[in-house]
This record gives sequence, C-alpha cells and structure tokens, in this order.
Amino acid sequence: MEILTRDGGEDTPKVILDHNNGFFEISGRSLPEDSADFYGPILEWLDKYKDSPRPETEFNFKLEYFNTASSKLILDILSKLESIDGAKVVWYYHEDDEDMQEAGQEFADLVDVSFDFKTY
Amino acid sequence: MKYIYELHKTMVARNLILVYEGEFTQEITKSVLAMAERNMDAIGEDSSIKRKVFNVMVECLQNIVKHADEIEEIDLTDHNAAIFMVGKQEDKYVITSGNPITNDKVKMLQDKLAHINSLDKEGLKEYYKDVIKNNKGLSAKGGAGLGFIDMARKSGQKLQFDFEPINENISFFSLKTVIRRVVTAD
Repeated sequence: MEILTRDGGEDTPKVILDHNNGFFEISGRSLPEDSADFYGPILEWLDKYKDSPRPETEFNFKLEYFNTASSKLILDILSKLESIDGAKVVWYYHEDDEDMQEAGQEFADLVDVSFDFKTY
Repeated sequence: MKYIYELHKTMVARNLILVYEGEFTQEITKSVLAMAERNMDAIGEDSSIKRKVFNVMVECLQNIVKHADEIEEIDLTDHNAAIFMVGKQEDKYVITSGNPITNDKVKMLQDKLAHINSLDKEGLKEYYKDVIKNNKGLSAKGGAGLGFIDMARKSGQKLQFDFEPINENISFFSLKTVIRRVVTAD
C-alpha cells in the first residue's frame, strides 16, 4: 500500500499512514477550513487498509489542538478502526493539557476500540 | 480625526487587545489567531488558559466564516462585515463576536444557546457526546453543530448573546464568551 503523508501546517495536522512500517500517526493542529476535504483521503486510505491490515495497528493521535469540525472526522477515523482487527489507539496529550486528555476519554467512550493514554 | 482618539479610548477602557472588523476568511482567522497567541506568549500566559482562549477563538471565527456567504446571497449591501474582539482583564479574557445572520436563524440560535446555558458541566459533556454521535456527517457549511457547546465547555461560564434586528431579512448576532484567568482546581 502507498504511504499517505501530509506535512503539518498552521491549520492542518501532520499525517503519516505507513502500512509497510506499521506506523500510523496524526499530530499537531487541526482546524482546516474544510475538514471533510482534509480527512477524506485518510478515511479512504483506511478503507483500503482494512482489506489487508497488519496483525496489530497502533494508531497514534498526538494532537495539540483540534476544532469541533475535526472532532467529527476524528470520530469517523475511530469508527473505521473499530472494524479493523488488532487496531488500538494511543492518545497522546501534553501533561498539563487536561482538556485534551478528557477529549480522548470521551472518544474512548464512544467507540469500541482500546485506548492507551500517554503524555508527551 | 477625533474618531481615532474616541476609538482608542474605547479600546483602552474596555481592555481590548485585539479588534478585527471586516470580511472573515480562513486566512484572516489564522492571522487573528497568530496575533492573539503572540500577545498571550509575550505576557507568559498560563498554557491551559491560552489553549482555552485559542479554542474559543477558533470556533467563534470559523462560525463567522462559515455563515458569511449566506448574508451575501440575501443582502448585497454592506451588511456582510463582522466584528471580532478579544479583551483582557485582570481576571478574565472576554471573546466577543458580532455578525449578521438571516432572521430565519434567530429562533434556532436562541433555542440552542438557551439550552446550552441551561446545562451544567456534566450536562454539556453528555450533550456534546450526543451531538457528535448522532449528527450524521457535517452540515453543508462544514460545521459539526458542536461549536457553541465546545465554547461553553471551555469557558465554564454561561454564553452571553443578543440579536439586534437590522432589517426584515437580517439581524446582528452578538456573542460573548468569558475565560477566567484564575486557574481552577477542577
């Protein structure tokens, strides 16, 4: 599978989805003007990945900030992960960022995927 | 030229650190955010307060951007400009916005904001989860219907709002969100 990457910008997160090396991460800030447009390719990539996933898929979210439109799309990503066997989420938050920790816990409540929480 | 001094005095009296009036776009949003961030960094603002202010600013600014073109379609006069302000006082940041909206939105906004203000911290959390789970996809404008709920959660205070009729088609919608600068234990 082709690697999907996006350089992080002022209003978009950095993305690396790499099947061969088993590395899946979205990091940085997410407040794009059109979040459906930005996350569309990520969701499509996951649809393809679902057909031949690695035995384990550790998906890292290392977000510094995301807006509410992005949160809806993050939930869509998590819903895709629900249907991938061996998928789990590692939710990173800055150690003094309680809001980001709580946001992760809320996502964990909404989907049937296991979450690990780590500080950075 | 007196209006310059008058405007300056108003800004000082209201502790406004940032005022933007005009057309709102994603590019303007990014610039306004960058200015506010630099301002907060310069005074060494607490990072959790800084994040909350940033958060509320984004939702507020993107709301204006998303709904600006509705006004252009219905009213081709100079009513499509909006205003955005950040005030900094000893104990709080005050984030205010004012933008024209079509009159058919007034009731819906009033009801939604009143409902949000009727909820406590736990109620807002449940409402947020309910909307994110049950709203199918984003609106045509790319909104998730979560902006005001998120602003209320980050603020921890009631949202203050007002609608001033402009003409038979549009009203001016003012919204004020307060972020306390005192770091709370919870």
